[in-house]
Order: sequence, then structure tokens, then C-alpha cells
Amino acid sequence: MDEKNKVRLTKSDRLKVFWRSQFLQASWNFERMQNVGWAYSMIPALKKLYTTKEDRALALKRHLEFFNTHPYLAAPVLGVTLTLEEEKAAGEDIDNAAIQGVKIGMMGPLAGVGDPIFWGTLRPVLGAFAASLALSESWMGPIIFFLAWNIIRMAFLWYSQELGYVQGGNITQNLAGGLMQKLTQGASVLGMFIMGVLVPRWTSMNFPMVISRVENAEADMIDFAAISEAANEGVLSGDMLRNVVADIQAGMAIQPEEVTTLQNTLDQLLPGVAPLLLTLFCVWLLRKKVSPITIIGGIFVVGVIGYVLGILG
Amino acid sequence: MNIFVVILVLLVAFLAGMEGILDQFQFHQPIIACTLIGLVTGNPIDGLLLGGTLQLIALGWMNIGAAVAPDAALASVASAILVTLRGAGVSEGIALAIPLAIAGQVLTIFVRTLTVGIAHAADGKAKEGSFRAVEWLHIGALMLQGLRIAIPAGIILAVPAELVTDGLNAIPAWLTGGLAVAGGMIVAVGYAMVINMMATPKLWVFFALGFALSAIGELNLIAMGIIGVVLALLYLQFAPEFNQGGGGNGGNSSGGDPLDDILNDY
Repeated sequence: MDEKNKVRLTKSDRLKVFWRSQFLQASWNFERMQNVGWAYSMIPALKKLYTTKEDRALALKRHLEFFNTHPYLAAPVLGVTLTLEEEKAAGEDIDNAAIQGVKIGMMGPLAGVGDPIFWGTLRPVLGAFAASLALSESWMGPIIFFLAWNIIRMAFLWYSQELGYVQGGNITQNLAGGLMQKLTQGASVLGMFIMGVLVPRWTSMNFPMVISRVENAEADMIDFAAISEAANEGVLSGDMLRNVVADIQAGMAIQPEEVTTLQNTLDQLLPGVAPLLLTLFCVWLLRKKVSPITIIGGIFVVGVIGYVLGILG
Repeated sequence: MNIFVVILVLLVAFLAGMEGILDQFQFHQPIIACTLIGLVTGNPIDGLLLGGTLQLIALGWMNIGAAVAPDAALASVASAILVTLRGAGVSEGIALAIPLAIAGQVLTIFVRTLTVGIAHAADGKAKEGSFRAVEWLHIGALMLQGLRIAIPAGIILAVPAELVTDGLNAIPAWLTGGLAVAGGMIVAVGYAMVINMMATPKLWVFFALGFALSAIGELNLIAMGIIGVVLALLYLQFAPEFNQGGGGNGGNSSGGDPLDDILNDY
């Protein structure tokens, strides 16, 4: 084919595809998942590349095939597919199977990169940071969350789509050359580490059940009666207060009883051990093909019963 | 409650419903959705506090592959309406959020099944080569997802306030308390889903390390992130599966083994 006849997609065409790719999941369905969204994203390019009704019908059919990946990681796949369509429209011998092969070949591994990075690490970390700001009544919480997330997301969508477009077929070779495996493994290492950090920090489980009460000996306790008496008589001095503080710092008891809850004991054993066991139990259940909804329902029941019995609080 | 407030609340609900499926701008996340509902109803602080608390519960709710997570959109919007306009307390809002999230999940599964029909309609229009029709079908599906939240929000707004208050008061304390306890624990399911997706026998050591280090409160999440990235880079550098040939052939050259270099320098 004559190179001069080749229609090139301009930056504005690619920007249209980028904008539309944000609506990738709008008609997510259980049969072919992101398929209509994928076609919707490709339409600005297809419109430019194909002018006859027959060509357009074939192009649409080609892009309504099954597709599903992480919604942001679809961007590089779109980029590669844009290049392929450009070549195909120019008369290169690229059949439907080749295009579908590239899409399917990239979507699985890319989802494996996107899920731990975006859903598993970035959103929980950013969300928890923003939530802590919001809980101190700071408006910066929601503002930072919204801006930071969307700047990162949009930059990622655009630049990874451009990378796919410029690299074209090369990217699939790179992927085959182990780059994808490295990315997935690296993301998983980071993800597993951060999960290890988050599980005990952000799962709130408390066992207020009292396991022991020990009376504190009179001598080990701060003599609050004497202080209040002195205060009432107007003879309370700075020195007395200073002594009290020093006594507390030296480890003298404040309460007449030393109450040990199950939580105190667990914390001494290993902080965060209960959330850890709960999470590992959930992983085990998931591997036994128990659905997440069932597990959540189960936790509900356990939470309510535990609360009523006074074990959980 | 004037008509503008109603319209604005429904708009926020619609937006949250659309984002619940798109997962792009994050209008469905509690910290955004509850804050917006708080702003338009004139109770910004309540919305902000509810949003912050719910966000912590919803951290692990994520759609992975074809699995549908509990729905943050309905949980945030409906409980924010109850708190800001219907006199529920923030703690009641949180307890209610969890059953609402499950209800929203059922609704999105329903819509995601309906859209199978839309995919088939798109097939038909594709045969005619009609881009316009495929676009409209796609946008139509998005509208359905918006209505998925806007309609329940409208129902809650339409029910008289006394009825809602009576209903809230009728919930026994043991149930709200129990739900709040469960809310703190449900995050674990989300974490388990991520872990289940990533975990290979070799990677559990990194989970263990993270768990051990998490007890050090001085290390905030940014520091933890740095440690995690360093670990990932080191792993890629040293794991045998990424160094086939490199280790054996380059053993004598500098850069083959950092430990050797350090020893040579001495």
C-alpha cells in the first residue's frame, strides 16, 4: 500500500479516545464485561479510519468482543490497538484474531499489575490519610484525596495510552521479554508488604472482655483522698502535685483495681494478632471458594453475637 | 427541605451511582460522597466526619475481575442523607452503612445483568455500522447505574422524617453496636481479596515483614511506602528468576555481586 494514503490518528483523536476511556465500565455486563465501553472508547479512531458502512460494521463487531481488565490499565492496551487499527486501515495484513489476541494477551497480566497498585495500595493509603484529616474536621481531607487521585489517574491514563500507541507492536514483545512479569512481581512485593502493614493498623477489633481483676495494694496507689482533702482545705501546694506526677511516672497505680482485658493480653502477646488471624482466615475461606458476600455476612453475625456476649466491643 | 436541596442531593446520588461502576473520579468514595451530601444539605461537618469514618471502613472494598465488592456509593449517599437530613447520629449512620453497602451490591449486580441486554442491542446496531446508536446504548447503561443510587436516595427523601426517626429508634442498641463492631472487621475481607490475588509462597515473607514493622508507630505510611518500593526493587534485582545467566556469567565483573564489591573496596 502507498504510505501516503495512510491515515494517521492525530493527537486530538487520541485525546478523544483518552477521554472516552474513562467511561470504559459504564455498561459493564456479566457476559462480555467491558466490551461496549471498549468499543465506545475506540469509536473516535474508528470513525476517522473507516468511512464505509461495511468497514465500520466490521470494526465495531471486532471491538465488541469480550474484554476485561483493570479500568486504568486498559489505557496502554487501547494505545497498542490504535496503532494496529491504523496499520490495518492502511491495508496491512492484520486480521481480527491478531487484534483480539493482543487485547486478551495484555489484559490479564495488566489487571494483575493494576489491582495491587491502584486498589490495593494507592487508594487505601490515600484514603486513610484523607480520612484522618477529615476526622480532625479538616477540609483538606476530601480535597487532597480528590485532587491527588485524579491527577495521578489522568496522567497515568494519558501517558500509558501514548506509550502503547508509540510502542505499538513492540510493547507486546517487551511484555513477552519478561517486563510484565517483573512489573507484576514488583507490584506484588510492594502490595504484600503494605497489606502486612495495613492489616493490624486499620482493622479495628477490640476484646473488652475482662479476664482478671487484681486489687492494688494501698501502698502502690496514689493517695487521692489526701490530695483532695488538702485542696479543700486550701493547703494544696505545687510540691504535692509534682510528687503525684512523679509517682505516676514511677509506675504507681491510679485505679484501685488492675483490670486486664483480653485485648491487653493479646497486645502483650503480639500487637495486631487478632486482625492478622481474621485476615488469614478470610484468605483461607476465599481459597475454599467461599464468596466474599458470604464472608461479610458471617462477620456480621459474629460481630453482633460477640457484641451481645460482651466479647467484642 | 426546599426543592433545591432535593435536586442537589439527587444529583450527588446520581453522580455517585455512575462512579460506582466507572471507578474513575471516585465520587462514590465515602470521603467525597458524604462530604458533598453534607455540603448541599447545609451540614458540612457531619458529612465530613461520616465520610472520614466510612472511608476507613471501605478501604478494602474493591472490584477485582468479575467479583463485585460491597457498594460504597449507596452506603455513603443513603447514610449521609439519614445523618444530615433525618437526624440520625454519625454512629447510627455508620452502623446502617454496612447493610446499605450490601443492598447496593445486590442492586449493581442486578444492573450489571440488565446490561447484558445492552451489549446484545449494541451487537445489533454494530451490524448497521451505527456508531451513534452504540454510543447511546453505552451512555444509557451509565444512566441506569446513576439511577441505581438516585432512586433509593429519592425514596429515603420522600419518606416522612418521623417515620425514619421512629425506624431508627426501633433498631435495638445491640444491633447497632454489633454492626459497628462488624464494620471495623469487614475491612479484613477486602484485604484478604487483595492478598489472595497477589500471594505466592515466596511473597508471604514480605507480608510478615510488613506486619512486624507495622507495630512501629513512628513509621508512617509514606515511610512504609518507601520501604516497600525498596524491597520490590531489591527483589527484582536479586530474585533468581530474573537473573538467569546474569549471575553466573557476570560473577567476576564488578556489579555482579554488590557484596563482592564492598569486600573488594576494603
